[in-house]
Amino acid sequence: MAVDLLIVVGKALAVVVVLMGLCAYTVLAERKVSSWIQNRVGPNRTTLPVIGAIPVLGPMLTRLGLFQPMADGLKFLFKEDILPGHVNKVYYMLAPVIALVPALLTVSVVPFGQYVDADGVTRPLILANLDIGILFIFAISSLGVYAIILAGWAANSKYPFLGGVRASAQMISYELAMGLSVLPVFLWINTPGAPATLSLVAVVDAQAGAWFVLLMPLSALIFLISIFAETNRAPFDMPESESELVGGFHTEYSSFKFGLFFVAEYAHMIVGSAILVLLFFGGWHPLPWLTLADLGLAGGVLGGVLSTLVFLAKTLLVVFFFIWVRWTVPRFRYDQVMRIGWRMLLPLAIANLIAYVLFLAWWVTR
Amino acid sequence: MDFKTASEIAFPDTAARTDAALQELETEKMSLSMGPSHPSTHGVLRLMLELDGEVVTGCDPVIGYLHRGDEKIAENMTYNQFVPYTDRLDYLAPLANNVAYALAVEKLADLDIPPRGQAIRVIVCEMARISAHLLGLGAYAMDTGAMTVFLYTFTEREKLYTLFEELTGARFTTSYTRIGGVARDVPAGWTERVLKFCDQFLPVVDEVDKLLTRNRIFVDRTEGVGEISAADAVAYGLTGPNLRASGVPMDLRKDDPYCGYENYEFDVPIGTRGDSYDRYLVRLEEMRQSVRILRQAIDGFPDGLWYDEGAKKIFAPPKDKIMTRMEELIQNFMLVTEGPQMPPGEVYFEAENPKGALGFFIISKGGGVPYRLKIRSPSFASLSILPKVCVGAMVSDVVTILGSLDFVMGECDR
Repeated sequence: MAVDLLIVVGKALAVVVVLMGLCAYTVLAERKVSSWIQNRVGPNRTTLPVIGAIPVLGPMLTRLGLFQPMADGLKFLFKEDILPGHVNKVYYMLAPVIALVPALLTVSVVPFGQYVDADGVTRPLILANLDIGILFIFAISSLGVYAIILAGWAANSKYPFLGGVRASAQMISYELAMGLSVLPVFLWINTPGAPATLSLVAVVDAQAGAWFVLLMPLSALIFLISIFAETNRAPFDMPESESELVGGFHTEYSSFKFGLFFVAEYAHMIVGSAILVLLFFGGWHPLPWLTLADLGLAGGVLGGVLSTLVFLAKTLLVVFFFIWVRWTVPRFRYDQVMRIGWRMLLPLAIANLIAYVLFLAWWVTR
Repeated sequence: MDFKTASEIAFPDTAARTDAALQELETEKMSLSMGPSHPSTHGVLRLMLELDGEVVTGCDPVIGYLHRGDEKIAENMTYNQFVPYTDRLDYLAPLANNVAYALAVEKLADLDIPPRGQAIRVIVCEMARISAHLLGLGAYAMDTGAMTVFLYTFTEREKLYTLFEELTGARFTTSYTRIGGVARDVPAGWTERVLKFCDQFLPVVDEVDKLLTRNRIFVDRTEGVGEISAADAVAYGLTGPNLRASGVPMDLRKDDPYCGYENYEFDVPIGTRGDSYDRYLVRLEEMRQSVRILRQAIDGFPDGLWYDEGAKKIFAPPKDKIMTRMEELIQNFMLVTEGPQMPPGEVYFEAENPKGALGFFIISKGGGVPYRLKIRSPSFASLSILPKVCVGAMVSDVVTILGSLDFVMGECDR
C-alpha cells in the first residue's frame, strides 16, 4: 500500500518536473525562435561555471542559450516581491497560485505514451487513465479563468481590471466552440450500445488507421483557434495586450508571483498542444498510416520511450507553431475577438457537429 | 412572501422589466489615465480617457511633460548655437530639422547655397525622412501587435545611422547644418554607400509591405479607425503624411520647393479615406519615393562648394585658413563672439519634414541673436485632433490612432 502510494507520488512528481522543465525550455524556444524570425541572435551568453568550461561542448551549449532558463527562473526569485498597498491582499496572493494549479492538474490525465508489456497487454503511460478524460480537462482548465479575473480584480487598478474583464469574456466565449469542436471525435470513437468513453487513450487508439485531422479537418481548425484564445496567446492576447493595457491582468505583479503567471501561460500552451496532438494528430503514432505496433517497436521499454518521444516531438512542433504565429501576426481588437468567437467559430462548430451527427447516424444505420 | 400573480407568470413582460432593471442599475464612466509613462504613448504624452466599458467617450490630451522652453532658449543664443537644439525637436529626424532651421535663417539673410550644398541637404533630408518613417511604421506595427516588423525597420534604421555617423560624426543628434551651408563636405565614397543602402533597402520595404498591407488582422485593426476627413484635416492644421492620407495633395516639396526639390522627379502619395490604414500606406510609399529622390540626387551630384562663400559675416571660414591667415582669423573671431550678423526683419519658413510642415518664424532686430523665434510643430497639430477622432473608438483603437498619427513629443512640447 505504502509502496503503491510512493510510486504514484513519484510518477506525479516526475510528470510535474518534466512539465516545468518543458515550460522553462519553451520560454527559451520562444526567445530563440523570435530572434530567428527577427534576424537577431537571441540569448547566447549565460553559462555555468563547470559545464561551460568543458572545451567544445560548453561554449556550444552556451551559444545555444541552454543555460538561459536557469537565469530566467532565478531572476524571478531574486527580484523584489512588491505587495502594493492598494491591492486586496488575499486574492492578490491567491491568483497566481490558482493560475498554475489547473495547468498542472490537467497533465494528470494526459497520456504521453504506450507500451506492450510482457503479457501482451497494451498499457498507456498516464498518471490517471480516467474514462472521462477530456471532460476532466475541460472542467479543470476552465478554472484557469478565475486566476485572471481574481488577479485583475484584486489588483484594484484600472489596467489589470480591463485585462481581467477581457480575459473572462474571451475564455468563456471560446470554451463553447472548443467543446463543440471536440464532440465529433467522441461521436466517432463511440459506437452505440458499447460502453461509452471520453478517454484520450481511446481517441489515440482509434487513430491507428487515420488521424482525425484528416477525417475532421474543420474540427481540428476550430480547436486550434480555440486553444490560441484559451491560452491567451497572440493574436488573441487581449488580456495582456502590452501595447494597450501595459501588462493586462499581471501589471501589478512582480517577482515570483509574476513568474507563476508566466509559467502557467506556458504550461497551458504545452498542455493545449498535447491535447491537440492527442485528439487530432494521432498522439504517439509516428505517421498517419503507420503505428509503432506496425513497425514492431511497441514492445517493452523501447516502445514506451519511442512513443513518448514521438508524442513529445509532435507537441513541440505545435508549440513551435504557437510561437511562430505570435511573432508574425498583429493582435486582434477585443470586439473582433468576440465577433470571431460568437459569430464565426460557434456557428461553424455547431454546423460541423450536426454534419458529423448526420453522417455517423447514416453510417451506423446503414 | 410575495407571490407572483397569474398574469405575471402568464405574460412576463421581459422587455419592460429589463428596461426597469437597467434604469435602476447605476452605471458610471471610468476615467483612465493613459501615460505619461505608457508603452504606446511614444514618449510622454498623457491621455485622459473617459471610458464606457471599452468605448472611449472622451479624450483629453495632456501635453507639456517634455517642455524645455526651446523658443525662449533661442532668444538667448546666436543663430548657429541654436542648431543643436533643433536636433531635439523631432529627434527622429534631426537632419531634416537642421535643414529647415538653416533655410529659415537663410531666408532672413537672403543667402544662396551652391548646388552641392543643396544636393547634400536634399540627400540628408530624404535619409532623415526614411529613418523617421521606419521608426514610425515600426512603432505603429508594434502598437497593433506585430513585433517583428518593428525589428525589421529598426535594423534598416541602424544602417542609416551608421551613414549619418560617417557624415556628421554623430548618430542621433547630428547638428549638421550651419547658417549658409553644411558643416562639412560628404566623406569620400559616402554617396556610393548611400546608393548601396538604397539597393538593399527597397526589398525590406517590400517585406514590411507583404507582412502588413494585406494582412487581414492588420487591415481589420486599421481600416476605418481614426478616420479624418479632408475638411477636418485642414481645419486642425494637419500637415505631412497625416494630411495627405486624408486626400489633400499638399507637399511643400512640390508646392513651394526649396533646396532645389523642383529638379527631382517624385510622386506624392495621397490617401482616399484618411483612416489609420491610409496613413500607413502613405508612409510606406513615401519611403519608396524618398529612395527615388536619393538616387536622382546622387546621380547628378554637383561639384563645388557646400557653403556660401560670399556670406563672410555668417559662415565660418575653413579651419586651416583660420589657423594660418589673418583675415579669416578675424572673421572667425567675430562670428564666435557676436554671432552671424543678420539683417533686421521678420521671416516665416516651413519645410516638409517627415512628420509634416515644420515652420520657423523669426523676428530679427539685427545682430547675431533672434529677437523671437517661434516653432510651428506638426506633431502639436496632429495631436490636437485626438479629442475628435478618439471619441467612439475602443481602447485598442486609441493605440492604433496614436501610432498612425506618428507624433514626437520632443517637437510637440518643444
